[in-house]
Amino acid sequence: MNETIDITVNGQRRTVSRGVTLLGLLASLELDPRAVVVEHNRTIVRRPALADVRMAPGDAVELVHFVGGG
Amino acid sequence: MATAVDTLRDTPFTIGGRTFHSRLMVGTGKYRDNDTMVHAIEASGAEIVTVAVRRVDLDRTRETGVLYHLDPKRYFLLANTAGCATAEDAVRYARLAREAGFNEFVKLEVIGDQETLLPDVQGLLEAAKILVQDGFRVLAYSNEDLVTALRLEDAGCAAVMPLASPIGSGLGLLNPYSVRTIKRRLHVPVVVDAGVGTASDACLTMEQGVDGILMNTALAAAHDPVAMAHAMRLAVEAGRTAYLAGRMPRREVAVPSSPLEGMLD
Repeated sequence: MNETIDITVNGQRRTVSRGVTLLGLLASLELDPRAVVVEHNRTIVRRPALADVRMAPGDAVELVHFVGGG
Repeated sequence: MATAVDTLRDTPFTIGGRTFHSRLMVGTGKYRDNDTMVHAIEASGAEIVTVAVRRVDLDRTRETGVLYHLDPKRYFLLANTAGCATAEDAVRYARLAREAGFNEFVKLEVIGDQETLLPDVQGLLEAAKILVQDGFRVLAYSNEDLVTALRLEDAGCAAVMPLASPIGSGLGLLNPYSVRTIKRRLHVPVVVDAGVGTASDACLTMEQGVDGILMNTALAAAHDPVAMAHAMRLAVEAGRTAYLAGRMPRREVAVPSSPLEGMLD
């Protein structure tokens, strides 16, 4: 079954496969897990755990990195 | 210059257990391009470079990640909580930054007013306490108020960073007396953060005896950021050296430099 769910990534609604992991989400966004920090429903998910966390409908994911600033 | 400072036996510049050579820290924002930023930072001689935490641009219309341009092995990355308006947000940003895995230092900013970008003292203290408890080395961006600075030190901050004038204003050191008082009363390093506009501002600030300066816009918004970065490096060294040298007393009357004897009739 290729059921899809809606989640929010960086404030944008995204449709993903049900059960996709955070690691899978990063892969679909072509993001290197070493280059981002991941927050899932307000909880930081460390790199080794990215493959263990599966998306559920309505989940909120934040993907952040360092940018220029003072 | 290094020799002159050595002669005066400068104390090491140590924050949160880490020792640095340069007393100038720089930001990475608002440069017209990344190449200019990289060259300006090189010219500044800074070792500590501050960076902000933001969302990744998922559309990749532009590559905003600063670490694509800045070698994190060469510089000590000081994450900041710029833009945060509450203690809760600042703590959240600091924790995300630490997860990037470079160090446990954070430049804590909690902004209380959007027009002046002045700090929210209450939020700042609240966030500082939480982050110190959580193992962070907190460098707290503060106004130039002694009591706030003392409270931040009591809260366990690794450094207190009073402003020279509002962020991005370039107005220079508006209250040398307050900054000097803070430096005199605190045991942790005092690093002036924000408001320095040009080299004379940096020199005057260092002459107050503070441990260092953090600046961003003064470099990024200069006509030639690389040249200004070089000027700032010299100004910080000059100001520090002058402070160590100890200036002559100010007098209200002239005192001749040449002998009064031996004048012709």
